[in-house]
Amino acid sequence: MAEVSAAAVGLTTADGRPLRTALATAQQRAKRRAFLLVLPLLAFIVITFIVPIGQMMHQAVYNDGFSANMPRLSAWFAEHPVGTDPDEPAWQALALDLQDAATAKTAGVVGTRVNYQMSGTRSLFTSTARKAKDFAPPYRDAVIAADKKWDDPELWGTMRQVSRAYSLNFFLAALDMTQDRQGMIVAMPEDRQIYVDLFVKTFLLAGLITLTCFLLGFPIAHLLATLPLRWSNLLMILVLLPFWTSLLVRTTSWIVLLQQQGVVNSALVATGVITEEGRLQMIYNQMGTIIAMTHILLPFMILPLYSVMRPIPPSYVRAARSLGATSWTAFRRIYLPQTLPGIGAGSLLVFILAVGYYITPALVGGASGQLISNLIAFHMQDSLNWSLASALAALLLGAVLVLYWLYDRLVGIDNLKLG
Amino acid sequence: MKKLLVLTTALSGLAFAASAEEIAVMSWGGAYATSQIEAYHKPFTAKTGITVVDVVADNPAAPIKAQVEAGNVTVDVVDLEYADAVRLCDEGLLEPIDPAILEPGADGTAALDDFLPGAVTECYVATIVFSTLYAFDESKFPENPPSTIADFFDAAKYPGKRGMRKGAKVNLEMALMADGVPAADVYATLETPEGVDRAFAKLGTIKGDVVWWEAGAQPPQLLADGEVVMSTGYNGRFFAAAVTEGKPFKQVFDGQVYEYDGYAIPKGAPNLELAKQFLTFSTTTQALADQAKWISYGPARKSSGPLVGLFMDGKTEMGAYMPTSAANLTNALPSSYEFWVDRDTELNERFNAWLASN
Amino acid sequence: MALPVYASPLERIWHYTYLVICALIFLFLIAPILIVIPLSFNAEPYFTFTEKMLSLDPAGYSLRWYDLLLTQPSMPTDVPRDAAWWAQVWQESIWIRAAKNSVIIGVFSTIVATVLGTIAALGLSRPEMPYRRVVMAILISPMIVPIIITATGLFFFYSNPCALLNWTGLADQCGRLTGSYLGVVLAHATLGIPFVIITVTATLIGFDQSLNRAAASLGAPPTTTFFKVTMPLILPGVISGALFAFVTSFDEVVVVLFVAAHDQQTIPRQMWNGIREQISPAILAVATILVIISVGMLATLELLRRRSERLRGVTPA
Repeated sequence: MAEVSAAAVGLTTADGRPLRTALATAQQRAKRRAFLLVLPLLAFIVITFIVPIGQMMHQAVYNDGFSANMPRLSAWFAEHPVGTDPDEPAWQALALDLQDAATAKTAGVVGTRVNYQMSGTRSLFTSTARKAKDFAPPYRDAVIAADKKWDDPELWGTMRQVSRAYSLNFFLAALDMTQDRQGMIVAMPEDRQIYVDLFVKTFLLAGLITLTCFLLGFPIAHLLATLPLRWSNLLMILVLLPFWTSLLVRTTSWIVLLQQQGVVNSALVATGVITEEGRLQMIYNQMGTIIAMTHILLPFMILPLYSVMRPIPPSYVRAARSLGATSWTAFRRIYLPQTLPGIGAGSLLVFILAVGYYITPALVGGASGQLISNLIAFHMQDSLNWSLASALAALLLGAVLVLYWLYDRLVGIDNLKLG
Repeated sequence: MKKLLVLTTALSGLAFAASAEEIAVMSWGGAYATSQIEAYHKPFTAKTGITVVDVVADNPAAPIKAQVEAGNVTVDVVDLEYADAVRLCDEGLLEPIDPAILEPGADGTAALDDFLPGAVTECYVATIVFSTLYAFDESKFPENPPSTIADFFDAAKYPGKRGMRKGAKVNLEMALMADGVPAADVYATLETPEGVDRAFAKLGTIKGDVVWWEAGAQPPQLLADGEVVMSTGYNGRFFAAAVTEGKPFKQVFDGQVYEYDGYAIPKGAPNLELAKQFLTFSTTTQALADQAKWISYGPARKSSGPLVGLFMDGKTEMGAYMPTSAANLTNALPSSYEFWVDRDTELNERFNAWLASN
Repeated sequence: MALPVYASPLERIWHYTYLVICALIFLFLIAPILIVIPLSFNAEPYFTFTEKMLSLDPAGYSLRWYDLLLTQPSMPTDVPRDAAWWAQVWQESIWIRAAKNSVIIGVFSTIVATVLGTIAALGLSRPEMPYRRVVMAILISPMIVPIIITATGLFFFYSNPCALLNWTGLADQCGRLTGSYLGVVLAHATLGIPFVIITVTATLIGFDQSLNRAAASLGAPPTTTFFKVTMPLILPGVISGALFAFVTSFDEVVVVLFVAAHDQQTIPRQMWNGIREQISPAILAVATILVIISVGMLATLELLRRRSERLRGVTPA
């Protein structure tokens, strides 16, 4: 043996190089060539996808609404340690910054930033800025004369917090927490705790939708996997057609079917099951979200299940039966375990997609069927608290990435099947 | 970057010969947008050859703020509620408008005297007076129909779902009026924390019965679909549905909240000059009067008043449907922009927390 | 799925119950898609079957909602429909404008996604590919990341694409990509890429690498090998990937909501408006047309699949 390997070391190529190096070089070259093929796309995805998302995540910890527009006061905070009572230079910095803000029309921006931390303060900034041009020393008296709320130490504590452009405040807010005046992390007041509940609700609803998809998808996949190919290919169209049909079309269809004057309610009234007054509320609430999303995500459950079930030979179950197992036992002990990879793949995929769903809840969810994505959209488009939207998005993204990693570990991305 | 530019040009070239001159006007969609298209857009295009694109938003204030702050302005003219316009102007998000570009009234009155008091500001020209009120489906309440704002909040006496706008503004005022606060004292009450609590408490009494709407076109649709038995909404929308589509909607002017609505130009509008041209054109005496032919909103110019006659169907007198006619003003509240300019963010935040809590 | 002869009566009952359950689930899957088709011909502005429709009275049906698609928002309806009228429809109907936008954006984003995706898939399928797992995970991620996050990120990025170059000192401003066709096309290409990667790598799994070596050993340069040997074999995968990419773009609304301006309104964007405001049966007419398109796509895909199986001599697994 030793002789052989020694001989192998001594092998050379035709031009006299050691074979090992030549092979390694060739291997390197092949590697590089393969990587070069992938590189354009990788660069494309990084620039048009990864970077934008990274930039947004940055917004979650960076907000210069206060620091950029109140430079003097921000500098004062930087120079004086926590707990320093505002002295006259501080009041002067505040007064002059407010004057500048009034001219530059940025008082609203500043007030909005402070208001995120301390509710009810935006109007203080805008209204005081309107009076700021008349401020004269001593500034403390001038500012407090404009509005006595300025004397509130809590306000100064809050301004100190927001005077740093980088902070974790928005992540805290996204977790229903805040910093008190001493900088301690405390829970939000009860009536303003909404995000954690919504995260929990999103995960519960996604779980429920995954479960209904599984319950509806399993029998179908099993049927398709056990029918002769000719038939299963035909029936497969019934699964693939929804898959290929526009999401908005399917959502529209559910509105048409389920709304109060819709097809289902009208049919129930016509057949006398319910009365005209008793029309059911099946859409624009959680139920609407669940039904429509189950329908939309069902193919993502059926397809992986089917691809796992199809190759399972029917002889295993038959063997179990011939050995005396009941059909239930044969199913439970023999068939079901073999489908576990499919169940895992389908469930994870459906859950991942459901957790981040936006369109369907927005259109048919009403007030109670909204998910975390809808709240992100709300803060993006309506309240315009972009930093909070980014923080919520970062948390959601984190959760999805963990699931994605799990999917890759358990199923493998290569095994993603599409029809 | 050069390649990108070439590609951009190639792509935009493909965008089917976009007409040389075009402006985008963002407004509220539905019957209101129709009235603007008929009264302003079409005549403007006919006169100048400039195409006007109607862009729809639930409330244009939010997208405009987002566009200007992100440096992404894609519309040239925006239709805003008065309080929002003052707020955005304060924040430097709107272009200043020189009142000199406004035409004098048809009778020769100077523009600033011809417009209703306060209708023209540093960056805003009001075009209409509109009202938020509630309407109900007459077929649902054949006997003893609701007639006051308190009835809207009385789910025991008038059972059924109600539509309300998803936001704090107007809802809080209506809640207080329904709770017995006289219109004149509403804002003084809302200035106090107790007053705000009281308004939310009143809203809470019907929270479970409310279907929240966002776009102005939704309330008449919700009523028509039978999703709700009554809904707050913009009076012009109910009018359009009732008169043009013959829906059995009855408006209740008791407890209405009325306000100006009009045009502004976002800072950084791509076609500033054309936008100003459009503003001049659409705020003339005749244009404002024409709009009232299409929807029951009062024109913001005094000189337009006498020109308002019949609805475009040629038989409906507009007077009875106008929020500003004397009969409709017995218990009405002029919306306070001073209040909302400063409180809008805070109260909406509280409203959303309230909505999300159980 | 035939019942074995030794099945007990109980098993028989269960078997038929099971078939009924399956039939109901199929109904759940397909009914919502089919229901819009007859309703789009409703003569009345309702979303339910009228008496006349149920009694198959021709008066209960009409094409008025399809007509509305042509005439919205501002076309006169009472004029003769001559060539000039149609030309105007072609320019002004919001739905036709939206359809044109959808096609333009869909085609360009499909080209970008398919070209980049196919080349990358070739690299990914080589056994020598380094960091394969990580790279694959990154390339598939646009499909997994919630669309609202993608759209929000793009909104900020497109507002000032050069913001990141700020610290390099090269540039801090270079226009913007929001409200441009290019922006929407790039975003849709990104969303379509995972589908191309998945379908093309799936085709390449059965691909015999020795064919490439054979071609090379016979003196074919790499490009010739690619176009003469590889391409014909993976073509079905490429086409179905392209179809997926196109449908992804054709159906996408959230990115359009965030980064497009009024010039780039697509069909789904227009439907979104319609659904949120008032669903007139005109939406159902659009929906019907889209269902017919997706049937067409599905049929194409099925034909491709069969062709691919024949070519590769693979019996369907």
